[in-house]
Order: sequence, then structure tokens, then C-alpha cells
Amino acid sequence: MAGEYSVVSLFSKIWRTGCVTEPLDPHSQRPLEIARQIEAKTKNILGRSLAIREVDAGSCNGCEIEITGLTSPVYDAERFGVHFVASPRHADLLLVTGPVTRNMEVPLRKTWEATPDPKVVVAVGDCAQTCGVFQGSYAIAGGVDKVIPVDVFIPGCPPEPADILLGILRALDRFPSKH
Amino acid sequence: MIAAHVVGALAFLVLRGAPARWVGAFLALIAGVFAILSSLRVLLSGISLAFAVSLSLPALALTFKLDPLGAVFLLLIGAVTIPVALFSIGYTAGHGAGGSAGMAGFMLHLFLLSMSLVVLAANVFTFLFFWETMSLASYFLVISENQDGETLSAGRWYAGMAHVSFGLIASALLIAALDTEAMGFDAIRNLAPAPELKSTIFILAFLGFGSKAGLVPLHVWLPKAHPAAPSHVSALMSGVMVKMGVYGIVRVGLDLLHGGPPWWGGLILTIGAASALIGVLYALMEQDLKRLLAYSTVENVGIVLMGVGLGFLFKSYNLLSLASLAMVAGFYHSLNHGLFKGLLFLGAGAVAQATGTRDMEKMGGLIRRMPQTASFFLVGSAAISALPPLNGFASEWMIFQSLLAGVRVPHPFTAALMAVAVGVLALTGGLAAACFVKAFGISFLAIPRSERAEQAHEAGGTMRAGMLILSSACVLLGVLPIAVTSLLSHSVDHLPGFAQVVPEPRPGAAEWGFGLKMQVPGSLSTISPAMLALILVTIMTAVLIGIRLLRVNRALRLGETWGCGRVVQTARMEYTSTAFAEPLRRVFGALFRPAQDVMIDFHPESKYFVQSIQYRRVIRTWFEEFLYEPLFRGIQGFAGVGRWIQSGSVHWYIAYVFIVLLTLLLIARWM
Amino acid sequence: MAPYLLELAQCLFALTLAPGLTGFLRWIKARLQGRTGASPLQPYRDLRRLFRQEVILSTNASWIFRFTPFIVFSSVVAVSFMIPLVAAPLPFDAIGDLMVVVYLLLLGTFFLALAGLDPGSAFGGMGASREMTVAALAEPTIAVAIFGLGVSAGSTNLGQIVAGTLSRPSETFSPGHLLAFAAIFIVMLAEAGRLPVDNPSTHLELTMIHEAMILEYSGRYLAMLEWAAQIKLLVFFSLLANVFVPWGVAVVLTPGAIALAWLALIAKLGFLAVVVAVLETRVAKLRLFRVPELLSVSFLLALLAVTTSFLVR
Repeated sequence: MAGEYSVVSLFSKIWRTGCVTEPLDPHSQRPLEIARQIEAKTKNILGRSLAIREVDAGSCNGCEIEITGLTSPVYDAERFGVHFVASPRHADLLLVTGPVTRNMEVPLRKTWEATPDPKVVVAVGDCAQTCGVFQGSYAIAGGVDKVIPVDVFIPGCPPEPADILLGILRALDRFPSKH
Repeated sequence: MIAAHVVGALAFLVLRGAPARWVGAFLALIAGVFAILSSLRVLLSGISLAFAVSLSLPALALTFKLDPLGAVFLLLIGAVTIPVALFSIGYTAGHGAGGSAGMAGFMLHLFLLSMSLVVLAANVFTFLFFWETMSLASYFLVISENQDGETLSAGRWYAGMAHVSFGLIASALLIAALDTEAMGFDAIRNLAPAPELKSTIFILAFLGFGSKAGLVPLHVWLPKAHPAAPSHVSALMSGVMVKMGVYGIVRVGLDLLHGGPPWWGGLILTIGAASALIGVLYALMEQDLKRLLAYSTVENVGIVLMGVGLGFLFKSYNLLSLASLAMVAGFYHSLNHGLFKGLLFLGAGAVAQATGTRDMEKMGGLIRRMPQTASFFLVGSAAISALPPLNGFASEWMIFQSLLAGVRVPHPFTAALMAVAVGVLALTGGLAAACFVKAFGISFLAIPRSERAEQAHEAGGTMRAGMLILSSACVLLGVLPIAVTSLLSHSVDHLPGFAQVVPEPRPGAAEWGFGLKMQVPGSLSTISPAMLALILVTIMTAVLIGIRLLRVNRALRLGETWGCGRVVQTARMEYTSTAFAEPLRRVFGALFRPAQDVMIDFHPESKYFVQSIQYRRVIRTWFEEFLYEPLFRGIQGFAGVGRWIQSGSVHWYIAYVFIVLLTLLLIARWM
Repeated sequence: MAPYLLELAQCLFALTLAPGLTGFLRWIKARLQGRTGASPLQPYRDLRRLFRQEVILSTNASWIFRFTPFIVFSSVVAVSFMIPLVAAPLPFDAIGDLMVVVYLLLLGTFFLALAGLDPGSAFGGMGASREMTVAALAEPTIAVAIFGLGVSAGSTNLGQIVAGTLSRPSETFSPGHLLAFAAIFIVMLAEAGRLPVDNPSTHLELTMIHEAMILEYSGRYLAMLEWAAQIKLLVFFSLLANVFVPWGVAVVLTPGAIALAWLALIAKLGFLAVVVAVLETRVAKLRLFRVPELLSVSFLLALLAVTTSFLVR
């Protein structure tokens, strides 16, 4: 099996590429600061372990694309002990995007109920706070905080992955201190 | 003498009406206790008990003898009879006290009595007489619960197969006893028939007994008849009666004929392995709880016969200590199977009575409504899946070890066969676990799938007592296997040719107290289920204590089942038994050859809106389709010819008699 | 007394090192994907977080659901007593042989599948059905491989097998041994829920096997199940490492030999973790109905292993 998909070429490419994870947001002045802050916070609060359940409550998927960036090799949220899980039962942070549509109102509340305590909610994107361009639509139930208590809003349309990480960091303050 | 007491006690059941249930069950209980006591006595002392009811003709005398081999099976009968008797008190309460209930009670006793006497029989006539009584009594029991078409068809299948098997057994035994005066087993034992004759007798007997034991492809009656019978009778039929087939094979093959060439053992082993695999595969596809258990009986008898077949094989190579191990493994598994299959059938009976159905797709959520029955059924399911430290594991482990020892057979092909047999045994074990996860999980867990299941309530006290006894026995026999295996090995020692076995290499107490040690020349393996159970319990306690001591959050909140936020959860969203078995159905699709119909009704206006989807899938029962149906057609065609002979005219009949006489005379002359 | 202490040490070692092994494997995988990745210590932190979260219990679930984490955890811990990690044969060796190990793991799987069905969710049922399918089809390979090992060692007790292989060093590279190793390696991938049979890091419910059964678990119960899965991986790695390549396993209980055995074990486990990580980088998950084909390949390998060991004998 010659060509670019052979075993040898795959691993030689891996070797040549090396680690591509970047410090947070190269344009910002405080990438390392954020990184250190997150590490320190999560270490204190949850032993640097955070499990995120992502809920799309009606978003245009712009925010989802940015959130996916968190798991990419470039942003690699996992290095901070942050990972996404498949069930709210396994999570302690809900990452909600989009204006809450009427159809997603009940599911969102059920997801929140299905997440064990202690937990926090982070609403990602402008829509999650103000419903954005969807404001006033008959299909919209309102912002995320109309349905479940939100700890942190992350503004932006869509917010960058680094901003999302920063928001997650701020949410960590909301965990009960005894934990 | 003790057996005589049993006989007397059983007989007068017929008399009463309402209290008959209690009296009858009590008497059966006593009979069971005596059966256990007398068989234990024989097994421990090694001395046979004998008595006879003589008639004028020696060949037609009823002679009985309880020897150690029979005692093993009498022990099984007794051990299952006691809980079944208890169970029947509550179970038959719903059946009314009419004549048919009394008849069923009478038949039950007759059935139990004839089974015990089959095991005790010491001559051909006695054996055949009680064998036939056993079949007839159980036939009436099969059709006693309801008389719908399915039950009657099951009864017909059963009666037909039982008589074919009776014919085979009778011819085998009569050929064997041809040269003896009184047709006693002792006399047959002292004969030494020619090898060809021996093999003919063995094949006839194996086919006859194999049909009773439910060996593939003679098993077809079993998954029809066992579920149709009332559940306590199913427990007896599946747990005990099929073992009479095993008893017969051992009695004729090893005892009366002193074993034979290696291919006997190879045949038993192969058919046993095939039955085990095919049985469990069909069990996996069933959604009728009792029929699932019946197919699983085919599987377990297969496993028992793998042990027995190995015993035959080793015997023919004169590897006596190995033969002894394999036979003990087979006997042990048949005892264990009697216990857990009895338990499971009683559990299934309790469930069927509570929900009014045997269809698992209509059950569910019963663990909350019948918590105790559920626990007992769980013990049975775990035991039959060979999970340690329960009894199923101990006996399957012994069979595995016997197969391992099989490489000592001085015949490379046979030795290599062992590896395949190990694979089949393991696959069977894995599939059985999948099958019983399904049986327990679908029927007892999650949300009820029907209204009847929702309104189900716990079984009565006596029924639970019966199940309690059996599940405790499953645990006890699993944890203390050595107590049983040493007892069972006595029975093998008394088989002809086994007396010279040195007592050392047999399952014995390992250094770990109540262990199980398989020592065969040049090899040694040990396990200790008791210690294993102890370790498991210790760790569990340690974990519980650890959770309390360490800073573990012990908060607990009730919530809905997570379903991705869907609005309501209904039973229709649950996995069904068909869905559960679907991956394995596909994997073994070549065997099942499922016929599949999907019917989709579209909305009249657009085919993108579906109104309803009907999905139907039928597993084909190959053996019926390709073996029995052509056979029946052939018989029917033959019978059509026969009808022509049956003209109804006396003249013709006289002519027939004349022709037959003439032919017979000619044959006699010619011979 | 010393053997018993060593026994206990082995068990504690399995308990404490298992999350680290999984973490190490994940770390290697992350590096191969060009990521910094979570530190190898991450699984410990995840466990600690889970132990501090509350449990949410489905209203449909019965005691089976609550009992399962205990039985799953206990069965793998019990297994860790019976496998030769550093020395062979140890006293507990006589309690359970390789069959007991396999069936204890099956005991855990059995209850986990029941717990998957218990809350009545379709995902759980799906996971249970698939897990039992894979477990059932993996069973023959394991048994035949045990058979092969048992034939050459004269016993199915692990300590005896290891001691036997150590006393006949040439056997380590016999064709039968290598084939059996390959067979058990495939089964290990299936049983421990690794690629290409199951993807341990999937988020898609429809592709899950193991994960689908535990979707409903939370808090301390989830922690116990995750921990048990990590110990199970360690157990399979140690079996592969010590039964087939028993170099370094202490036969005499001197401090030097035991220290060497610990080092050898950790080195072997690390090596296997790298092998699995590289493999998982390379292969994609198989479709569910291709898995039986992989498992039948492993069965064939095991059968070949036995046959060759007969031929060589």
C-alpha cells in the first residue's frame, strides 16, 4: 500500500508535524495568563477535571463550530483537564448555545435536571443571552436564563475558542467553595 | 423399604378435593426427603438397596435396586421434588379444584413415582414399564393446563416422539436381554455381546434416550411440550425428566455394556456439543420465556453429555481416572441444571401467573412488583450463565478441565477435537450469558410493557419458599462443590471397570478448605469458589466502608431516565427482546435464515409521511422444516397406501392374518 | 506472611496504577494526534471529581442499578488478586485459575448489561445487547487460548503457567505461543473496549458499546465503573505481559527479584500502552457487524495456536 495513506507515511507525518497545540489566542496579550489561571482554578476547584455537556438549544451552529475548535489539536482544551462527555449524567458543566427554541425548552430543562450537583451553566454566544437576530420570533422561548439558571454568559457571534475557555474559567468560581 | 413408603404415601392423593393440594404436596415433600435420604445413604455407603415385587413370570417381575448410579439421579429427583411440591401448593391454587385439577395432581404423583422407579428399576420389564408410565403421566400433565390448539399440538409432538424413543429403547434393551432368562440388569451385565451387536444396542439406546434428553436433532418436542405444561411440571420435566435420558445412556452404555469403542464417546461428545450450541442459539431468539428456558435445557443437556461423552471416551482408552472425572463433571452439571432450571421454570411460572402471559415483550418492571421472585430468578440466571461463585460455574469448570485432560488421549485427532469442543463450550457459555441477560433484563427490569405486567403482584408464600430452597441450593452447591463431587465420585466407582481407579486423582479438597481440585496425571488445576465468594464479599464490604470513610459525596437524587431530553418515556422506547438478540441473529444468520417482512403504510398524499410500519421476523426451525416435515409427508404417503389395505372387510383381514402366518413360518423355516 | 503481603501489594498496585495506565495511553494518543493532551494523571482527577458529585438515580431503576458498580468493581479487584503481577506462584493462585479470571470478568459484564437495561433507556439496551454479543463471541477465543496454555503448562492456574513458561524459556517464542498472544491481544481490544471494536472516547450514542451502558450512571457509581474499566485494562495488559512474556516475574521472593519484577512489569505495561496507542491512531472503528469477523480471526488464531503446540509436542 504505497501512497500517502500507508502506515509509514502516516507516522512519519505525525513525527514531522509534532505538537501543534498553540498557547491560547496568539493575538491576545494574555494567553499564558489565562492558561495559568485556568490551571490554577481548576486545580483548586475540581482537581483540574471538568466534564462538559454541550447543549444546542437552537443555535445556528456557528457557536458549535467554535466549540469544536476547543477539541482540535490547536486549542486542545484537554490539556487543562477539560473534556466533553456524552451524557449530562457524566458532566458538571453545561455549555448551552443558541436562543432557546420552543421545541428545545423542555429538553434543555431536562438536561439541566439530569446533571448532577455541583454543576454550573455557561451560555455561549449572543443568542444565548439576547436571542440575537432571532429575537421576537414565534419559535423562540427566550434566552437560556429564561429556562435554567445561567452562571456565565460568553458574548460574541460567535465567540472565539479562547473566549469560550475564558468563560469556562469564570464559571469555575461559581462552584461551591467546599469542593 | 424406604421406596415402598414413598409408593404408599403417594397413592392416596386422588381422594380429596380442596385440601388435596396441601396433602398432595406434603406427601410429595416426604417422598422427596426420603428419596434424598436413601440416595445419600447409598452414595455414602456404596451398598445397593434392593427389593422385588415378584410375579409368576420371572421376566415380568418388578424388581428394584438402588445402586450408586441410580442414587445420583434419585438425589436429583428428590432435590427438585421438594421445592416443586412447595411451589405447586400456591401455583395450582388458581387452577380450581375440579376434576381436572385432581387428575393433574394424581398424574403429578404418578409422574414422580414412575421417575423414581425408572431409576430404581433392575430389570428390563420394570424399566420399560415405568419409563412408559413416566411418559404417559407427563403427557397428561402437558395437556392439563389448557386445551388450546397449541397445547394439544405440543402434546401430540410429545406423545409421538416419546413413543418413537420408547420403541428404540425397548428394542435396545430387549436385544441386550435376549440371552438372559429374567432380563435382569445384573444378568445383562454379565453377558459379553459381540462388538457389532453391542454397538447396535448402543446406537438404538442412544437415539431413544437422546430423544428423551432432547438432543439435537431429536429435541423438537422439548421446546413445544415443556412450555405447554404447568410450570411446576415444566420444572420437573426440564430439570429432571430429561436427565432420565442421560441416566439411560450411562446405564446402558457404561453399566450394562461396559463401555465400547472410542467412537461411542466421540459421538456423544459431538452430539452433546452440537446440542449445546444449537440449543442456546435458539434460546437466544425466543421471546416466549418458558420456551427460552426449554431451549436452554437442550443446551444444558448437551453440556452434561459432553461430560458423559468424555467419560465414555476416556473409558475406551482405559484412562480410568480421567473418565471418572469427566463422568463426575457430567453428573454434577446435571444435578446443577436440575436445580437452576427448576428454579427458573418456577420463577417463569410465577411470572406467567402474575402477568397472564409468557411473552417477554409484554413483561418488564417486574422487579419492583415481584422483588423476591426477581431475586430468585436472578440467582438462577447467573447460575445458568456459569458465573462464579454459583454452581453452574463449578460444573462447567470441571467439564472444561476434563476437556483439557483430553489431550492425553493417544490419538492426535481426538486430542485436537478437544480444542474445538472447548471453543464450543465457551461460546455456549457466552451465549447463555447473553441469553439470560435478555431473559432477566427484558422481563424484570425497566418499565412494564403491558397493563397486566403493571398490575402484577408478588407470588404466594409457598411459591416463594420453593424458589428460595432452589436458589439457596444453587449458591450452596456453587460455593461448596467438593461436598457434592466427592459424593458423586462414589457413584462412578461402582460402575463396572472403574473399581480399580486409584482414589487419589479425583476432585478433592484443595489446601484452601472447600476448594475444588482437578488433579489428573501430570496436571493440576485448582479453584476455590468458597474463597472466591469470600473475597468478593470482603471487597464489596471494603468498598462500602471506604465510601463512608473517605470524602465521597453520598448524596442521591431521583430523576428521570436520561433520554436526550425527550418529553416522556414510554415502554415502547425500551429495548425489546427481539432487538436485544438482533446482533447475534445477524451474526448467526446463516443458521437462522430469518424470513423478514417489512410492511410500510404511507400517507395517502405523500410517501414521505409514514403512517405505520409493520415488521415481522420469523426464525426458521430448521430441524422441523427440513427433517421432520419430509418425514411426515413420507409417512402420510405411506399411510395413504396403508388405507388401501384397511378395507374394513373381514375376509381381507383373515387373508392378511394368513399371509402373515405363512411369512412367519417361512422365515422361521429359513432361519 | 510475605507472600500474602505481596498479594495485597499487587492488588493495591493494580488499584492505584490503573488510572495512570489509562492516562498514559491517552497521553501518548494525544501526542500522536499532535496535541499537548491531558496529563497522564488526568484519570485520577476525573475519578476524584466523580466521587464528589452526587448520584442521580433514574426513577425506573431498581436495586440492580445500584448494586452493579459494586459487583463490577469487586470482580475486577478480585481478579487482580489472582493474576501474577510480580511473582508466581502466589498463594491466592490456588483460588482461581485463568477460567475464574475470565468468568469473573464475565460476571461484571453480565451485571453491567443488566444495569444498562434497568433504567429502560434505549441506549442502555443497545449497549447491553452489543456488549453481550461481543463478550459471547470473544469467549471461545479466550477458552481455546487458555486450553493451549493449559496443555503446555499442565495447569490452568496462572502461577503455574507463568512458572512453567519461565522454566522453559525457549517456549516464549514458539509459534503456538505467538499465535495465542495475537489471539488474546485481539480479544483484549474487544473486552477492554478499545479501537477497532469500541471507541472509548466517542460521543455518538449510536456507535457506543461500553459507554452506552453507563450513560445513565453518575457520581460515585460512575467513578467506580470507570475505575473498574481501567483496572480491567491493566489486568488484560498484565496477562498479555506476564503470561506470554514472563521475563522478570519473581520466582523466589527475594527483595531484589521483587524490585526487578516491579520494574519489568511497569516497563512491559508502558510498552503495551504505546503499542495500543499507536494501533488506535492507525485504525478506524469497525462497523459493529464486522467485529464478529475480527473475533473469528482471533478464534482461528487461537485454534492454530493449539494445533501447532500439538505438532511441536
